[in-house]
Amino acid sequence: MDLLRSSVLSLIVFLPVVGSIIVALMPKEKEDLIKKFAIWWSLIPLLLTIWVAIDYAMNFMHGNQMAYQVKLAWIPSIGVNYHVGADGLSVPLLFLTALLTTLGLYYSARVIRKRVKEFFLLFLLLSTGMFGVFVSLDLILFYVFWEIGLVPMYFLIGIWGNPKDRPQYAAIKFFLYTLAGSIFMLLAMIGVYLSTGTFDILQAAQTGVWTNAPMFATLSFWAFFIAFAIKVPSFPFHTWLPDAHTAAPTAGSVILAGVLLKLGAYGILRVLLSLFPGQFAQFGWIVAALGVIGIVYGAFVSLAQTDLKRLIAYSSVSHMGYIMLGIGAVAVALNMKGTEGAAESAAMAFNGASLQMFMHGIITGALFFLVGVVYERAHTRDLKVFGGLSAVVPVYYATMMFAGFASLGLPGLAGFWAEFFTFRGAFGIVPWLAVIGVIGIVITAAYILYRIIQSLFLGEYDPKRWTHWTTVFGEHADGPTDMALFEKVTLWPLVILMIILGLWPTPLLMYFNEAATNILSNLHF
Amino acid sequence: MSESIFNLTWLIPLPTALAFFAIILFANPKKRLSSKIAVGGVIIAWILSWAVAIMFFVNPEFTEQPFDLAVPWIPMGNIVFHMGVAVDAVTAGMLFMVGFVLTMIFIYSTGYMSFPGHLDPEKYPDAAKEGLDPRYSRFFAYISLFATGMLGLVVADNLLMLFIFWEIMGLCSYLLIGFWFDKSYPDPKQITPKAAGLKAFLTTRVGDVLFMMGLIFLFIHAGDLNFQNIFANQEFLHELSTTTVNLPFFGAVTWAGLISMLIFWGAIGKSAQFPLHVWLPDAMEGPTPVSALIHAATMVSAGVYLIVRMSPLFSAAAHGGSGVMMFVAFIGAFTALFAATIAVAQKDIKKVLAYSTISQLGYMFAALGIGAWVAAIIHLLIHAFFKSLLFMGSGSVIHGVHHGHEHAHAHGHGEGGHEEYFDPQDMFNMGGLLKRMPITGWTFIIGGASLSAFPLITAGFWSKDEILAHAWADGHMAVYWTLAAGAFLTAFYTFRQIFLTFFGSPRTEAAEHAPESVRSMTWPLVALAFFALFGGFVAVPVDFPVVGGLASDFLAKLMEMQGEFYGLHVAPARFDWTPALISMTLALSGIVVAWLVYGWKPLKAKQSDPLRRWLGPVYTVLENKYYFDELYYFIAVRPTLWLASFFYLFDRGVIDRIVNWVGAFNRWLARTLRRWIDEYIIDGAVNGVGLVTTWTGAVVRLIQTGQAQNYLLILLLSVVILLLLIPFGS
Repeated sequence: MDLLRSSVLSLIVFLPVVGSIIVALMPKEKEDLIKKFAIWWSLIPLLLTIWVAIDYAMNFMHGNQMAYQVKLAWIPSIGVNYHVGADGLSVPLLFLTALLTTLGLYYSARVIRKRVKEFFLLFLLLSTGMFGVFVSLDLILFYVFWEIGLVPMYFLIGIWGNPKDRPQYAAIKFFLYTLAGSIFMLLAMIGVYLSTGTFDILQAAQTGVWTNAPMFATLSFWAFFIAFAIKVPSFPFHTWLPDAHTAAPTAGSVILAGVLLKLGAYGILRVLLSLFPGQFAQFGWIVAALGVIGIVYGAFVSLAQTDLKRLIAYSSVSHMGYIMLGIGAVAVALNMKGTEGAAESAAMAFNGASLQMFMHGIITGALFFLVGVVYERAHTRDLKVFGGLSAVVPVYYATMMFAGFASLGLPGLAGFWAEFFTFRGAFGIVPWLAVIGVIGIVITAAYILYRIIQSLFLGEYDPKRWTHWTTVFGEHADGPTDMALFEKVTLWPLVILMIILGLWPTPLLMYFNEAATNILSNLHF
Repeated sequence: MSESIFNLTWLIPLPTALAFFAIILFANPKKRLSSKIAVGGVIIAWILSWAVAIMFFVNPEFTEQPFDLAVPWIPMGNIVFHMGVAVDAVTAGMLFMVGFVLTMIFIYSTGYMSFPGHLDPEKYPDAAKEGLDPRYSRFFAYISLFATGMLGLVVADNLLMLFIFWEIMGLCSYLLIGFWFDKSYPDPKQITPKAAGLKAFLTTRVGDVLFMMGLIFLFIHAGDLNFQNIFANQEFLHELSTTTVNLPFFGAVTWAGLISMLIFWGAIGKSAQFPLHVWLPDAMEGPTPVSALIHAATMVSAGVYLIVRMSPLFSAAAHGGSGVMMFVAFIGAFTALFAATIAVAQKDIKKVLAYSTISQLGYMFAALGIGAWVAAIIHLLIHAFFKSLLFMGSGSVIHGVHHGHEHAHAHGHGEGGHEEYFDPQDMFNMGGLLKRMPITGWTFIIGGASLSAFPLITAGFWSKDEILAHAWADGHMAVYWTLAAGAFLTAFYTFRQIFLTFFGSPRTEAAEHAPESVRSMTWPLVALAFFALFGGFVAVPVDFPVVGGLASDFLAKLMEMQGEFYGLHVAPARFDWTPALISMTLALSGIVVAWLVYGWKPLKAKQSDPLRRWLGPVYTVLENKYYFDELYYFIAVRPTLWLASFFYLFDRGVIDRIVNWVGAFNRWLARTLRRWIDEYIIDGAVNGVGLVTTWTGAVVRLIQTGQAQNYLLILLLSVVILLLLIPFGS
């Protein structure tokens, strides 16, 4: 047991690399074997993350410490360690990453037809980067994983992207934009080292960073913030997102929206909040304000879209705004220590932001899969050519209804709790910003129902409106065909999660709540 | 014994929820089976509801400490939020009504949802052969989920759970209003079901968002949302009504006032009160059982129920000097009259009922605003019975006229071919239906009499009279006269409808051949008619001459006792001849005027409404609902869409362009620097950005030449090397 506990995080992180090496060694022609291997291999980390979740819930709850810590010297000359660990914040996100990776691989096995070997190799590699970020407790390690995630995604967009959507432009934009941000982050990390003599996040948090040089602290804060804000992405750094999400292949969009965006938010909570609480408290209102702008602005821009995939991409900008609002509220609450109710509101806002990270992962993940479902058949995403599909493809309709209503925050489905907690926290801390933010709720309902549901499903189905239908396997078809088995297998686990977590969020929330109370108590709340 | 029955309360919303999942997952292809599952589910829910309700009625001592059963559900920071069910007198009354009315509507639907006229039978051969709607199963799934929402809302013991079920009902109303999403009309200005569903959801969403804000503020202050905990806590309510918050424009308001106001907006949206009333008339695009379900008995009355629940908070706010109760009374009374005027000029049989619903809900809010919450809840219950009766009766009429139309066509003497659009809901296409459809006709007349508050023998008289009596007794004269004027109009438009539909001679072939509906549809009408007549005897004032001694007012008593628990004191209005006579006179004269206009000399075919001649432009304004749809289109819909397009242009044209400029600048910089480096500075410093750009340029070239594998191998190798460093380090 102890052996497993000390190695489990490393296994989760590096097994995908091992898998991709094995894929690299396989002959290119054996596509089926490669696909099967990659899917089965990805189940190992998935099972391990489930084990971690159960084990953490049973043995580490209420411990207020990082579990599964491993700390090995890596580059001793500059004090860089291989230091990993997990707490209530990372455990659910590890599961989310593993789940979406497996589903993405499974889905791609049916729809990726060119350069299969590279695709599966890269996809496995991608998950290493994401897992790594969620467990890193050393800044350099964090940085390395952060960058590792970029490269495979760059290729996934560039090579397997839809040629109509300028994938190379989108890929390079995504890559350079994120890289530009992380260069600032690297500088700031070096600054942390100069100030505290360590790259270790936990140690640095305890000693405090640039406590004697507020100017440097502020600069470092913004350097980190910009890197994270680009990744989230927060308004106004969001324009790479619609391009990248639209151009990426379906599974790539799922991972981008489902996990990669969360790296930024995770970074803010893990690094920024613990290393620069003073600066964060000071500038928290800016973060919250950017969040609110993102919510409203993103929702309005989504309403103007006629391309289904681009619409969902912009809706991510809006939904990421909730996370920023929640995090910003937590930060502002740091100023209000001792005020009645501030601690509760901060915990609520923290829970809201972290719930949104997970819920948005499953909901928008499902939505991107659903875009794939219709795109593989119609070969267009132009909402103007559809209509009346509800009568023709009822299973697809039902699945989209669940995902769509979850996305607009309908109580009883997963998205509601994220919104509710975020606003519960934000109204207790930054009420005026929250009041503006709720406008987004109405507009979200408008674009989901008016743009997506109405354009795709309602009205009378007219076979003459669009004639270039195929089945999902590329055979000719006279009209839309309903979801195939593999699509149901991909989507329904996500739908089931939406329903269960919508009715009873506690199985997920208990982890985040644990993290919220611990992290806030470490900040002396 | 009784305690153990209350322990079953949490089961009440469950059967219909299970039916929903059973239908969408398994029974979907089998239409009859789906409807049986749904009806079975709702009957179980009905039995459970009545068991709980009747147990409460016979044991009034439970009002002293209402039943509550809650379990820890969600951790929130250092507290744990409990979810659970509660039963008090209000819940019991609601359960009694909801369980029964839902069951009637479900049974009625099994007959009503036959193959719809707007679909082409050739496209759906199977469904046409069975004679059922092609999406029959889906319909029963939706209404089952809807029933879950309503039952859950009623038994919820806290505001958050109430809100969750409230929104689930909103979803179902969206789905059900737009149920015939493929229907369209020759007149492009006529709203289609899909647009009506969208409109309903978005309009109520505006109210719901404000409701959620109120809920959150209440939660922040109370740390809990359990009704019994917060409302039996007088100290807390007092504190809430004395602490203030400064708002722009409004100045200092008490928290109790602000929270009440926000929550009231939720009710305004859901119960379709002015100014968020616009969605309900268009919601008539849904199948008629849906109108009965959502727009009469359950969902719209949920708004009234919410405010009844919140009454302790409202009254605390009023004690703290907030004007929120006055606002409620104003909105209610204004809506009651305003909607009644519109109903006068409608020609669609369901639209009349829709506006009358808005108007009757206005009566309830007016009652709540003047503190007569017992009268409000009793009118809610009775209104649910007779209004669902009226809606289902109108559905039966539409069904009959539609079949009559088809029959006339089949025998080749229809007026005009298939091309000409025939509206089976237009009352001017009807007439003389009482002979053709006697059960529907007589039950409809009973419902209409109840709605018009026909004195003494209808339930509607007793419940509406309570409200008017309270307004009079408490000196709310403006409210009294507004509602009394509304009562006159109500009687007028109801009997206008009855005379146009059922009396005179048939004005079309379709009306002449309309058959009576099937038994599954007429039977529920009869059952509901019973309550529409006699339901009122639960609230007859004891001191009412003659009848008062014969009937009972046990429900009113029970509610008053329950009020004590929440610190609400309602003195029962003493019987007073003056207001009673005035309202009786107004109701009867409304009926008489309707008879003079439409009953005495029945309209002939193609004859237009005589009111149009007499009222002139006023009629046009009323017919167009005071042009609120147009107004909202200009002040809300258009600006929203415009703003959306503007933000998108801004996004592409400004923000993204800046990003691209930065990118282009860096590319230029990199090119320039490389030339410089190549030509002049062999070992000069390399600009980081330039390097990166050059490097990625090389990467792109790699992709383009198809040699990505090489790069991948390099990448993989470097990762491996990094990993290998770990053990060496330690």
